[in-house]
Amino acid sequence: MSTATEVEPSTPQGGRVLKNSLTAGQLPSWARWASIGGSLVLSAIILLIAGWSWAGWIVLAAVLYLISYTVWTYVVEGARHGQDALWSSLVWLAFLVALVPLVSIIWTVISVGGPTLVHPGFLTSSMDGITGVQDRATMNEGAPLAGGIVHALVGSLMITLMATIISVPIGLLTSIWLVEYAHGGWFSRTIVFLVDVMTGIPSIVAGLFAAGIMMTFFEWGNGGVSGGQQIMGFTAALALSVLMIPVVVRATEEMLRVVPNELREASYALGIRKWRTIFRVVIPTAISGITSGVTLAIARVVGETAPILVTAGVASSVNWNLFNGWMMTLPVYIYRQLMEPTAPASPDPSTARAWGAALMLIIVVMLLNLLARLIAARFSPKTSGR
Amino acid sequence: MSKRIEAKDVNVYYGSFLAVEGVNIEIEPRTVTAFIGPSGCGKTTFLRTINRMHEVIPGAYVKGSILLDNDDIYGAGVDPVNVRGLVGMVFQRPNPFPTMSIRDNVLAGYKINGKRLGKSDADDLVEKSLTGANLWNEVKDRLDRPGSGLSGGQQQRLCIARTIAVHPEVILMDEPCSALDPISTLAIEDLIEELKEQYTVVIVTHNMQQAARVSDRTGFFNIAGTGKPGHLIEYDDTEKIFSNPSNKQTEDYVSGRFG
Repeated sequence: MSTATEVEPSTPQGGRVLKNSLTAGQLPSWARWASIGGSLVLSAIILLIAGWSWAGWIVLAAVLYLISYTVWTYVVEGARHGQDALWSSLVWLAFLVALVPLVSIIWTVISVGGPTLVHPGFLTSSMDGITGVQDRATMNEGAPLAGGIVHALVGSLMITLMATIISVPIGLLTSIWLVEYAHGGWFSRTIVFLVDVMTGIPSIVAGLFAAGIMMTFFEWGNGGVSGGQQIMGFTAALALSVLMIPVVVRATEEMLRVVPNELREASYALGIRKWRTIFRVVIPTAISGITSGVTLAIARVVGETAPILVTAGVASSVNWNLFNGWMMTLPVYIYRQLMEPTAPASPDPSTARAWGAALMLIIVVMLLNLLARLIAARFSPKTSGR
Repeated sequence: MSKRIEAKDVNVYYGSFLAVEGVNIEIEPRTVTAFIGPSGCGKTTFLRTINRMHEVIPGAYVKGSILLDNDDIYGAGVDPVNVRGLVGMVFQRPNPFPTMSIRDNVLAGYKINGKRLGKSDADDLVEKSLTGANLWNEVKDRLDRPGSGLSGGQQQRLCIARTIAVHPEVILMDEPCSALDPISTLAIEDLIEELKEQYTVVIVTHNMQQAARVSDRTGFFNIAGTGKPGHLIEYDDTEKIFSNPSNKQTEDYVSGRFG
């Protein structure tokens, strides 16, 4: 530990931090890595004596690093730097801890579901005609995995698409009204409150609501008997819209509010009408935020299971028609394959299919995100070129 | 083109707050009129009443009448959108539309309003407007680049080009140079001199030298105190306002003895 009075003359030395009066009393740059390495080694030695466990090794090493690096910095650089070392290490550790479940999920799904997903025919065949016979053959005689997810994929895409078609116009127009036309009156405050309440609706309630509405509709049309006609893709889309609309409203509202008023005034001053200003100036300026809001809403509902189970039922074959017949979606498919395997005595093929479908679901959500980013990049305000 | 403006007993309100009281003024066509005065005295507020931009703010309204060549823009059944087509406005901070190219910014008044323009007509209009705003030579090779990529002074001239593209009769300018450097300011001031040949120009400025340089007539606004309404204290030839004003308040303000 050197004090500022006694300093080596500063001579340039390739790559190293120069020793001079300004850099005196600092830890060398390798101190952090030395501390990490030392902690890992020490932790390994302790656990080899006390009994090995991988998780214990990492946790103990983290604690040892936290203590050693903080104390070292405290001694060499002083109290302020010591505190800084403690808190920045804690922040980094928190970040790593937050990554653990994410990486773990992605790794598990890819490693378990990957082989099924790339299995020939998994993406092109449905569960039509697949019974316990095939699954027992797969398990006991090594026959290739039968069945696939194409019907669930079609159902998920159709239902989510329909839900988006219903919710985006309603949500967008609601937020336009809230931002551009309502000036904080009691009615707009009520709407905002109701939208907030809607955000918290449990998804199964939304499913029951849609099922109830459509059942009433068909009963009214057929003289008191719904005949089960209300179980179809459209009813599920309706349920998902109930979940999507509030998310779209809130996201779009925030985005419209941050569009500078100067742009609206610039447009009005050119003699442009309000609705044209909104559609040609305000929305294009906010489009990237709106798109990501919509994508988040889609990503939220595409993984919903319960509301679809009670509105669209389950199916084993491809159904493109949203308005007639039961429909399968990926989350319901996963649920069914796990809870009610096709061959109850040999559930392994069903489990494999469920993991494959789970991986597909994650891929769909990621593709949606990618799409939203592309759209946002395409439409967002152009700021380059200065 | 260019019309005469006459304000009669104009009172301007924000909700129940009277911001500007009893303005009577006559502005001749093809002149530059400057409004000067301390901050908060209502000069911008009054300026925004001339193209009915004031009422865009929730709760804001105007009493009295403003005549454009004898047509009252606050008359019953007058569509504010049509008024704004006749009376263009340039704002304090340059505000080109960020999603549009330079060319589209100039054509915004037409394109957004859904008017169809042939390719050659549009090209002519873009060149004419940008030339009129002294910007053509600087941007003619990059008309398809974003308008927000220009410098501040160029952006402000782009906004002026956008305004003159819709062929207004009057151009209002709300401190158009306050966000610009001296060279860009000079460019805008030269431009105002040229605009005067075709348009009635009304400019609000905090810079008294600027008012003296560019304007033919000057109006001085003042308030008695915070929360009190602003008044038009004196309105006369610019030369007289700055050399021999008839009102004590004006004299104090232009000579720098003001609070």
